[in-house]
Amino acid sequence: MKKLYGHPESLKRVSTKYCAGCGHGVIHRIITEVIDEMGLRERAIITNPVGCSIWADLYFDFDSVQPPHGRTPAAATGIKRVLPDHLVICYQGDGDLAAIGTAEIIHAANRAEKFTTIFVNNAIYGMTGGQMAPTTLVGQRATTAPYGRDPEGAGMGYPIRVLELLATLGGTRYLARGAVNNAVNVRKTKQYIKKAFQAQMEGKGFTMVEILSQCPTNWQMDPRESVEWLEKNMIPYYGLGEIKDELAANEDAAAARIYQDDAVACREVAEGMPAGVRHAEDESNEPFAKKGVA
Amino acid sequence: MKGNEAIGEAAIRAGCTAYFGYPITPQNELTAYMAQNMLDKGRIFIQAESEVAAINMVYGASAAGARAMTSSSSPGVSLKQEGLSYAAGADIPLVLVNVVRGGPGLGSIAPSQADYFQATRGGGHGDYYTIVLAPKSVQEAADLTYLAFDLADTWRMPVVVLADGMIGQMMEGVVLPPSRDLADLPRRDWTVGHMHGREARHLTSLDLVPESLEAKVRQRFQRYEEIKAREVRYEAVDVDQADLILVAYGTAARVCLGAKKLADAAGLRVGLFRPITLWPFPEKALAQLAKRGKPFLTVEMSMGQMVEDVKLSVLGQAPVHLLAHCGGVIPTEEEVFEEAKRLLGRG
Repeated sequence: MKKLYGHPESLKRVSTKYCAGCGHGVIHRIITEVIDEMGLRERAIITNPVGCSIWADLYFDFDSVQPPHGRTPAAATGIKRVLPDHLVICYQGDGDLAAIGTAEIIHAANRAEKFTTIFVNNAIYGMTGGQMAPTTLVGQRATTAPYGRDPEGAGMGYPIRVLELLATLGGTRYLARGAVNNAVNVRKTKQYIKKAFQAQMEGKGFTMVEILSQCPTNWQMDPRESVEWLEKNMIPYYGLGEIKDELAANEDAAAARIYQDDAVACREVAEGMPAGVRHAEDESNEPFAKKGVA
Repeated sequence: MKGNEAIGEAAIRAGCTAYFGYPITPQNELTAYMAQNMLDKGRIFIQAESEVAAINMVYGASAAGARAMTSSSSPGVSLKQEGLSYAAGADIPLVLVNVVRGGPGLGSIAPSQADYFQATRGGGHGDYYTIVLAPKSVQEAADLTYLAFDLADTWRMPVVVLADGMIGQMMEGVVLPPSRDLADLPRRDWTVGHMHGREARHLTSLDLVPESLEAKVRQRFQRYEEIKAREVRYEAVDVDQADLILVAYGTAARVCLGAKKLADAAGLRVGLFRPITLWPFPEKALAQLAKRGKPFLTVEMSMGQMVEDVKLSVLGQAPVHLLAHCGGVIPTEEEVFEEAKRLLGRG
């Protein structure tokens, strides 16, 4: 008899430390389901962030590396460059990715690093106890925004739409935003993850799936209320779906051709210059400008 | 060959397969050398967005099995301290070259030894040490860089090559070590990837149970004791009959060697003691010399940092003096000679 459903091999059979209603458990589950489906458990490496999912190594039954807060894209860069045939997953929360690690994520994405970032956005710092995150919504309360996030009056800034920010970068090939508020979105999110992992294994450049997730404890709600809050507030602001998808065959081929042309142009420019002088003059930038590659 | 380039070539020959750097003077030739030569050899080179990112790329690359390295100069090395602490805590080997410049802050771009405290006391947060190697010449910069990779692998910890702007920028003849066969590097049985049926590995510095973390740190310090017993390196010149012993490392030791020659010519008995490993510090050898009760003159391109280790080694058995310059100022042979004469009552 064919087995249709079961506990993923890549996920340990233990209870998590996560709070009731937290999204991490579901996200761990769908990541490991995809890894199993793709048969990649023995070639999967995850970089754990700092935050609630710091314990990911207790749950994922494959290799992990724990870098400092926000630095996982840099560490994952090192891992993936050394092991290009492995599935490298960068698991990050909103404080990790969009505050302390902003430089690392932008530059890893721009370099088209071939790992996949799973970005869990619950609009709050969880582990440290409910401080304002870069993705905290305007008006949302946090221990460090006791009267609610006030973007300009109190100088707290605006909630950052990370995928839209990254979409302008030439190295990003697939950026999608899902949620784990209901079964439909869980299934869609899983599809996004699978698409991203497949693209990674095909060497197609930077891929990232942002997942809107509940944090009932720090939102100070019960799990059911937190799902409603996410639906009423987070989904309308952030929006779900594939924000950027350059994976389609024809687009990809076209993009590859352009990048290849640029590489040739780049080499020609460098070779035509006196030894030791490699800074390009204005006209040497033309091949890039003409093709309009970001 | 320029010191910075010799360091780069020695690293490549030692089997460095991944280098990550960020521009900063006076070590820029090293990053440029690695860009050209690592890429030509199909090895990994990335100009990172920051020193913070570079050290974490090293962390990841080493965790995945590469002999990995980064380099910088003082302000940049401060930025790397976070990553260094994590690497020490997760037992991940790496090589960090610091071509030291004058500080604090942005300071100057001239040679300095003011990062001694940072290098020999771990540098980042938490209980840990790194092995610290201090070259005095371009030749030694190459040799010690080469050695650093083996030490890092042997002891599974970060190794710092503490050069300075003089070593990095000057040109000298150098005999380069042979190229290591990448297939023949020391085996690492702890890296991530290629599970092949084994249990999952988790490389982390995290342990939230105090007793468990203490046990791990104590075990690491046990290893540090072994390193102290086996890896101390120093050079001693004419110390046994000396009436005064100069103590200096790196560029300052080169100056002291010149001063010693002036002293020899003047008929003074001056010796030179030069630590090559700054951690582990050659404390026993120095303590042995101190038993004779003759004075020491520590010469440093800082306001006096190593002198504290000299005093800790000597433990009051002999007077310890200091000749200090900072900010990028290099002491002269004549100045050291004059101070030696003064201390010997011949000034």
